[in-house]
Amino acid sequence: MAPTAPSAAKSASPSQPSGKSEVADLKQQLRQLAGSRAPDADDQRRDVFKRVISCMTAGIDVSAAFGEMVLCSATSDVVLKKMCYLYVGVHARNHPDLALLTINFLQRDCHDQDPTIRGLALRSLCSLRVPNLVEYLVSPLATGLKDPSAYVRMIAAVGAAKLYHISATACLDADLPAALKALMLSDPDAQVVANCMHALQEIWTLEAAKSEEAAREIETLYSKPVVFYLLNRIKEFSEWAQCLVLELVSNFLPSDNNEIFDIMNLLEDRLQHANGAVVLATIKVFLHLTMSMTDVHQQVYERIKAPLLTLVGAGSPEQSYSVLCHLHLLVMRAPMLFSSDYKSFYCQFSDPSYVKKLKLEMLTAIANESNTYEIVTELCEYAGNVDVPIARESIRAVGKIALQQYDVNAIVDRLLQFLEMDKDYVTAETLVLVKDLLRKYPQWSHDCIAVVGNISSKNIQEPKGKAALIWMLGEYSQDMHDAPYILESLVENWEDEHSPEVRLHLLTAVMKCFFKRPPETQMALGATLAAGLSDTHQDVHDRALFYYRLLQYDPAVAERVVNPPKQAVSVFADTQSSEIKDRIFDEFNSLSVVYQKPSYMFTDKEHRGPFEYSEDLTNLTVGAETTENAISAQRYQENDNDLLLSTSDKEDNATATSNGSSASTYNAPSDLSGPSLLSSQIPSETSLINPGAPTYSSQSNFSLDDLLGLGVPQASAPPPAPALILNSKPVLDPGTFQKKWGQLALSLSQESSLSPQGAASLMNPQSLIRHMQSNYIQCIASGGQPPNYKFFFYAQKDGSTAFFLVECIVNTASAKAQIKVKADDGTAAEAFSTLFQSALSKFGVS
Amino acid sequence: MISQFFVLSQRGDHIVFRDYRGEVPKGSAEIFFRKVKFWNDDEAEEAPPVFNVDGVNYIHVKVAGLFFVVTTMVNVSPSLLLELLQRIARVTKDYLGVLNEDSLRKNFILVYELLDEVIDFGYPQTTSTEVLKSYIFNEPIMVDAGRLPPLGPAAMFMQGTKRMPGTAVTKSVVATEPGGKKREEIFVDIIERISVTFSSSGYILTSEIDGTIQMKSYLTGNPEIRLALNEDLSIGRTGSSTYDYRSSSGGGAVILDDCNFHESVHLDSFDIDRTLHLIPPDGEFAVMNYRITQEFKPPFRVTALIEEAGPARAEVLLKIRADFSANVTANTIVVQMPVPSYTMRASFELEAGAIVGGSEHTLRAKLTFSQESHGNLTKEAGPVNMNFTIPMYNTSKLQIAKKSKTYNPYRWVRYVTQANSYVARL
Repeated sequence: MAPTAPSAAKSASPSQPSGKSEVADLKQQLRQLAGSRAPDADDQRRDVFKRVISCMTAGIDVSAAFGEMVLCSATSDVVLKKMCYLYVGVHARNHPDLALLTINFLQRDCHDQDPTIRGLALRSLCSLRVPNLVEYLVSPLATGLKDPSAYVRMIAAVGAAKLYHISATACLDADLPAALKALMLSDPDAQVVANCMHALQEIWTLEAAKSEEAAREIETLYSKPVVFYLLNRIKEFSEWAQCLVLELVSNFLPSDNNEIFDIMNLLEDRLQHANGAVVLATIKVFLHLTMSMTDVHQQVYERIKAPLLTLVGAGSPEQSYSVLCHLHLLVMRAPMLFSSDYKSFYCQFSDPSYVKKLKLEMLTAIANESNTYEIVTELCEYAGNVDVPIARESIRAVGKIALQQYDVNAIVDRLLQFLEMDKDYVTAETLVLVKDLLRKYPQWSHDCIAVVGNISSKNIQEPKGKAALIWMLGEYSQDMHDAPYILESLVENWEDEHSPEVRLHLLTAVMKCFFKRPPETQMALGATLAAGLSDTHQDVHDRALFYYRLLQYDPAVAERVVNPPKQAVSVFADTQSSEIKDRIFDEFNSLSVVYQKPSYMFTDKEHRGPFEYSEDLTNLTVGAETTENAISAQRYQENDNDLLLSTSDKEDNATATSNGSSASTYNAPSDLSGPSLLSSQIPSETSLINPGAPTYSSQSNFSLDDLLGLGVPQASAPPPAPALILNSKPVLDPGTFQKKWGQLALSLSQESSLSPQGAASLMNPQSLIRHMQSNYIQCIASGGQPPNYKFFFYAQKDGSTAFFLVECIVNTASAKAQIKVKADDGTAAEAFSTLFQSALSKFGVS
Repeated sequence: MISQFFVLSQRGDHIVFRDYRGEVPKGSAEIFFRKVKFWNDDEAEEAPPVFNVDGVNYIHVKVAGLFFVVTTMVNVSPSLLLELLQRIARVTKDYLGVLNEDSLRKNFILVYELLDEVIDFGYPQTTSTEVLKSYIFNEPIMVDAGRLPPLGPAAMFMQGTKRMPGTAVTKSVVATEPGGKKREEIFVDIIERISVTFSSSGYILTSEIDGTIQMKSYLTGNPEIRLALNEDLSIGRTGSSTYDYRSSSGGGAVILDDCNFHESVHLDSFDIDRTLHLIPPDGEFAVMNYRITQEFKPPFRVTALIEEAGPARAEVLLKIRADFSANVTANTIVVQMPVPSYTMRASFELEAGAIVGGSEHTLRAKLTFSQESHGNLTKEAGPVNMNFTIPMYNTSKLQIAKKSKTYNPYRWVRYVTQANSYVARL
């Protein structure tokens, strides 16, 4: 029960007594009352019991009074009984011997005439959680499931699940699951049915890891007869149980469209329920059922909009937050469908900041030609807000809208107006945005630079804003009259600059400026390099050294490194892969939506629900939240689940194909902060720099990106080696795997087959893992239950750093495997896939 | 599956603590409290209602200044848990009459009794006040609502949130009246929370009504109640979701964008005669929630002006006109206007009081700045935000006529309009 932290005991309020003497006192009083037959004994006992439970709640250890409590428990007073059971339930585990004393009267109560007493006793009996008392549980439970009172049956059903947790074998040996299943399909009381479902799901899910039979039993829960039986009774269930039924239905695979429409018509009125949980569960059913019917799916979006918005307005802020999170998910999937509802997402004065943040993101997503003006006007109002974090977010939102629009003219003006507001954080945020905007739309440089040039770097305190300003000074030093002098004054204050990020940018900016305006910058460059070389920060020092040696080697080369011709960034990297987004969508109406993470990232394996695809990447942290790195416009082409592509997504894909893997990578200032990687190359300067090579800049970008793990495929990659030989001992840690999997594009997706013997012998993932290992293909994660297994493999090309990553879903029933290959070197993917499939097909054949 | 349920006071004391599954490590309540207290400390942000610490999910709502929290290890529906927490708070209130720290502390045994029936092994069971009656044996210990300071430190949790004006009824559903006989009565509240944003030139930019018909029944014998709404009520806006304020609709027809209903409501004849049939369950519940974006007449016109008046000085002029009839009085009025951060001194000329319908109030303020203002003053100050409650006033004109065939209990129908977000920009 309550934690026994001493702090809790200390902080106990006056009404909650504390301390050891108190417990001793209580023991004493209990002992006196134990045998008392005084007329008011029960009242006195009530008082003492109350104090005991009060102590327990406050976190004081009252387990010492266990014996005395049990002695006092023989009473006919229900209130006393309940308090006693509560106490015993909390402490029995630590006092198994004394707990035995309570068994007697609990068992007797299980046969009481009053169903309330029977139910109460049965519930308490099952809550003792003492393994060696299991023998006393089974028979009352079996009787309880057949009790004439629904109240008792309802408690017995949950009791079966409790028993399973104390002793799985006792539960299974007594054949309780079968009894539960029978009850689930026949009991007239809906809550009994619901509790049977809860218990069965829990038992079978845990059991499925060990037995195929249990896995099949889970399947039967989603079978047509069960689903329709439950659906027909749905209105009998309590609202909470309705959610359970709806969750189950969302896993049902209908055999034809008529079934889908039947279910949807039946559930239509659930969308008008005042309970948000019921509405969201219904929406999940609708969305999942219509996945294969694009137009109906879209109609569902239109249909659920109004109920969702009503829920947002109706409940407490907490309730509307959860609904808003789900609305956010839908908006992000299909922004176009919500573009006319933009006013619903305006921030209200009373909204807590976690709600405002979500709304700003939604406004950003749904901005299009028709509503941008209104949205940006509204966002500009928030920029002056007293709530500083929200003001910042609003400015960022305006910037993001500018980056995703075609006609940014007006927005650029608005951004520049922010700079005139002369608020520290506003200026800093705006500068970062102007920088990004210039990287995408270099044509705006003249307008922006005129304004940016007027900003004194002394007024900017925040490193991010300062770094952005310095980047612009370096990049546009030919157009900014004062650039060399501003940079020079910044260098003079090198010692006072605390942020290494700013110092790194300063180094690069001075270099850039030097090549554009050598006479004015020469002095400053010398001072900068000197300051950089004596800098205590490793990265700053290394970068200064790198520049220094580069200049020493050949200034022309240095210029090409520092000031290569740049292409505008077409798309900034999305923060989440579409795969992760799809996974979250599959888990609609769960915590995943609130956290914006699939469940395997935040739940333990043992606590996965029955509906989740188990996956072994549990403990990996995913680099999903990549910073604003501008990696090239590589995107996932697999749109199988993306029925509703947003416009921006479509655009992305278009640019990805046209712009492809050309050397459009462009190093954002923040990207260069990988100099420690660069410095490792310095000893072999000549190998890195190959003067005269026409494709120099693209190559250097490539190797850079490769070092950074960005793995951009090269346009002119050499033809693959005829035979692919794999490294026998590749090393890849799970973190890198996950990161790569998120970043790399899909090279191949194929269906392959296993030998029948192989499929039959695949009883657990280990056998296949060992087999693949003998073929130099390593497994990094596996999971699943028969007949479906899922594996993540990797392999490395011998003598190269290029990895191959494979997701392989094996169905042993059909002896088929779905293979998805991602590769650092896309050209070798085909050869690798052949190798992989041949290895797979040999599994079990020996 | 819920692992634990607990209620914490504002200071972090455990008032109730129930562990259903014994799977969450010790100290969860302390971890929760610290996290909520020090969420993103430097930016003074509020903790979101749902968060995860070391694999344990904490879901909480704040009611009457108390934290109602559940923990879970599995990926469950957040809405389900939040609705459940809110419901537990409401059921508790039904039993205790008043819900606050004092009443909970006095009745914690009763709350444990409730919790045993509401959740079993982490699975929600019944939350019906009526069904629960047969399993609850403790008598509630009454707390005198009047004796307590109305808000106290708890007020910080109520400020600015969508707080319902608690029904004035502070009577437990189980307690018997001093006279012995229970009074047959039913309370119906039509609560509308309105959001309006005025532009700097006084135009209405956005407006919305979030309404609730709330009922609290003390009737015995489960009689059927019929609630008749406006006959010309229509639901669903034509050409939905576009905000075309059709000026012609001012004729009085009420158009709801959308609405939802409590389970007990039968809508069989709703499409024909706009009547809701229901057998009200015991306790407090929302019969219907609705949302209106149709144009309505805002109860207050707010205009605000800030002007430079010499170097490092400015003048603020704030006008509020009450556009409702004179027999209605608005109360708990608070008007806030953030001023530039470099303001040193402000002097007021205030001419106010309780605002009676039809009246107009003006506030003049002189601001003195520590520095000369640069650029645009309107971007440095504002917007003006207003909070108010207007009893016996309803913005949407939604009306209720309650009919019951043979049976005439005491019935109380009340209308309340509250500000949710009432903003005038500069």
